Amino acid sequence: MKDKQTGLQTVVDKKAKKIDNPFVELIDKFYVLFDNKRVRYSVLAALLAVLLYLPMITSMYFMEVMTNVWFHVVVCLGLNIIVGFAGLLSLGYAAFFAVGAYTTGILILHYGVSFWLTLPVSVLMAIIAGLAIGGPTLKLRSDYLAIVTLGFGEITRLAARNLDITGRATGLVGIERPTLFGMAMVKINHFYYAFLILAVLAIFISYRLQDSRLGRAWKCIREDEDAAEAMGINVVAARLLAFIIGSVFGALAGSFMAIKMTAISPESFLFTQSVMILLAVVLGGMGKIPGVVLGAFAVVVFPEVFRGIGKYRMLIFGAVLLVLMIYRPQGLWPERHT
Amino acid sequence: MSLQEIVIQQLFNGLLLGSFYGLVALGYSMVYGIIKLLNFAHADIYMVGGFCSLTILTFFGKTFIGNRWLGIVISMLITMIIVGLLGVIIERIAYKPLRNAPRLSLLITALGVSMILYNSVMVITAGEYRAYKTGLGYEGFSIGSVFVTHTQAILIVAAVALMLVLHLFITRTMYGKAMRAISMDLDCCRLMGVNVNKIIALTFFIGSMLAASAGMMAGVYYGSLHFFMGFVIGIKAFTSAVIGGIGVIPGAMLGGLLLGLLESFGTQIPFIGSEWKDVFSFSILILILIFKPTGLLGKKESERM
Amino acid sequence: MILEVKDLTLRFGGLTAVNKVSFGIEEGSIESLIGPNGAGKTSLFNCLNGFYRAQEGDILFEGKSVMKLKPHKITALGMARTFQNLRLFKNLTVMENVMSGMHCRTSAGVAGAILRPPSQKAEEKRIRDVAMECMDFVGILDKKDRLAKNLPYGDQRRVEWARALATQPKLLLLDEPAAGLNYDEKMQLIELIRRIRNERKITVFLIEHDMGLVMKVSEKIFVLDYGVKIAEGTAQEVQNNPRVIEAYLGKEEENAV
Repeated sequence: MKDKQTGLQTVVDKKAKKIDNPFVELIDKFYVLFDNKRVRYSVLAALLAVLLYLPMITSMYFMEVMTNVWFHVVVCLGLNIIVGFAGLLSLGYAAFFAVGAYTTGILILHYGVSFWLTLPVSVLMAIIAGLAIGGPTLKLRSDYLAIVTLGFGEITRLAARNLDITGRATGLVGIERPTLFGMAMVKINHFYYAFLILAVLAIFISYRLQDSRLGRAWKCIREDEDAAEAMGINVVAARLLAFIIGSVFGALAGSFMAIKMTAISPESFLFTQSVMILLAVVLGGMGKIPGVVLGAFAVVVFPEVFRGIGKYRMLIFGAVLLVLMIYRPQGLWPERHT
Repeated sequence: MSLQEIVIQQLFNGLLLGSFYGLVALGYSMVYGIIKLLNFAHADIYMVGGFCSLTILTFFGKTFIGNRWLGIVISMLITMIIVGLLGVIIERIAYKPLRNAPRLSLLITALGVSMILYNSVMVITAGEYRAYKTGLGYEGFSIGSVFVTHTQAILIVAAVALMLVLHLFITRTMYGKAMRAISMDLDCCRLMGVNVNKIIALTFFIGSMLAASAGMMAGVYYGSLHFFMGFVIGIKAFTSAVIGGIGVIPGAMLGGLLLGLLESFGTQIPFIGSEWKDVFSFSILILILIFKPTGLLGKKESERM
Repeated sequence: MILEVKDLTLRFGGLTAVNKVSFGIEEGSIESLIGPNGAGKTSLFNCLNGFYRAQEGDILFEGKSVMKLKPHKITALGMARTFQNLRLFKNLTVMENVMSGMHCRTSAGVAGAILRPPSQKAEEKRIRDVAMECMDFVGILDKKDRLAKNLPYGDQRRVEWARALATQPKLLLLDEPAAGLNYDEKMQLIELIRRIRNERKITVFLIEHDMGLVMKVSEKIFVLDYGVKIAEGTAQEVQNNPRVIEAYLGKEEENAV
């Protein structure tokens, strides 16, 4: 390539075109293809149609798995906002859906509140939890923050296990399922659709957030938080916001889970749960929405498909995390190169 | 029991507990000081140390060495070396490749290692508790009406001894000096000809050794092992390291003892009791990190912009 | 006086980096801060924009004390800075880097992000427009979609300036803007500084080591040595000040203008 001013030939350009990998070009072609709005929307519409039709043609078992998948999509995207967008390592995410689940459970069981009314309370509790946990700790370094969120997660679980109002170790049982427009939500198909809607909402909101003033602020903070602060970005506030939004995602998912399972116990909020959600986010690629969705699929489907691995499940997950971080820390979902 | 007796009892409990915390906290502090990594897997090293020593001790029990004090001491030494090496291997495989990676990646890697460790042990032990059988009895001596077994007393002495030896090592030898230098400026040390890799490996070796010894002592003291025992102690040890000031060696020891005592005396407070014991400790951690993150002996970090 | 510093003292443990420094910057001027290495210049800048909290003294920006404010608030008030060692958002594009400057001039939040009302869309357009304008001003518009880390050094510097300009400051603090630039680029920098003041009415305060550049562009110069202000005045006055000469021992600079 000739430099216009000096007429000198630059050899550098040849090196700049990175090597051979045919995959890279293929992936870029896909990205360019999906840039086209019509392509994007028609593919998504087709996909959605298939997903909506699924309950009619598949087994109950399949529906259970898929419902679990959508649940995980919501919580993983929630954690993605905290870890992927804002770059904060949170190891106690399970606490947030515990908050949602228990709030809904307690209100329905002990106070006879209608499910739909518990949702705004759940959101409120999530915001309070997010503020309580995030407020004092977000100024800490990432390593400390990880342990502190772990600690909070455990405190939440232990509190749930020790308090009477949360049913102690047995948890809450016999949570009534709600009715929607007169129709009782009883069949798994109902929950499939409910969680699918939540998942679609979560994806939509994630994309909107990513491509916004706030999303850009998070990107800058991830790159260099001091420079971001110097450029006028309120780093602490932005992080807190990420924490709270993430917690709301988790709490809502938890509320719906409470009525689906009609029972919740502290066992559902173990540290291992938090780790699995984190694994899904890391697997897909922190911050990449399609990747995270894929990760959620993988984390739910993989143990189902390989039923035999049962007790080896977490061991394999740990190994996957390790290998991933060493060889492909950016996650499995491929990036654009142009 | 009179108040004085309660105090003495809890003092012993606290010191014992605190010694365990301190030994494990040392590993956290050292590793954090040198490569700024919170090694999640460290607590699981403690657990592995426990199991490893049990295996060896059981083997000895069938031989002339027996599983009383002689067996215990030899078993501890062997365990410390084996698990120390394990720590070095882990560093080589999992952490070294990521030395220049962003913090988040390192933390996740440490998490992965931790999961591999405790899940492996879980699979091997089928998730059950394992009894730690030693040939020791319950002989001991009394202070007032407080009974202290010989085991307890020896464990406390052993733990303190180990910590003192470490302290001497850090302050009196070249290696110790190198470790402190690296914690201040790694790249500069490289330029000065310090074999950074070797020193880091040494740090992991020593830290893992100490954690393993604590694991064994815990096994002897509590009489049982469980694959998940590292989890809670990990957080408590980390709390100890933070209380004392992370990266500061004497701080870890001090923090450990302090936390042990706080916990012991804390269980006597009627509201808290033993159910909330862990919540109590976690809360201390959070409070310290919020209000005095540099800990009691820690140095204030000021970054150059 | 757009900026007034009164008896500012900054200590790091036993070391006093800035020692009872007082000075004032006239609105609409171009003034410089010089001094040997380690004199405390960058520390002073860090105090000005909020990264360090000085122990004593006060900093008044447009008459209001800003000493206790966080950096992002100070930037929002109108004091922006660039960094000595270039702190761009390396993995973001030039456009994204410069757009970040507009963050403090806009207000769309979570609701705006999710719902995208017309006000948010208008705001987004304004952000893009201002960013383009700033990039054009410094001459980097043609590279707007390239990743910051892939640019040559001189261009990266320009991105820093564009980003700072995007915050629409009243006072611009430049920390060694000429470091690493060659002769041509330095001449362009002088031009740019003048244009920033003349066309955009922004007061410029810079730290620099290149004496030639400083003398050419500054209306007033302050000299710092070991944290103490030892002289202030015009280029002529400072050049002939014996204390200043002594502090520098008459060092010659290489790429001096």
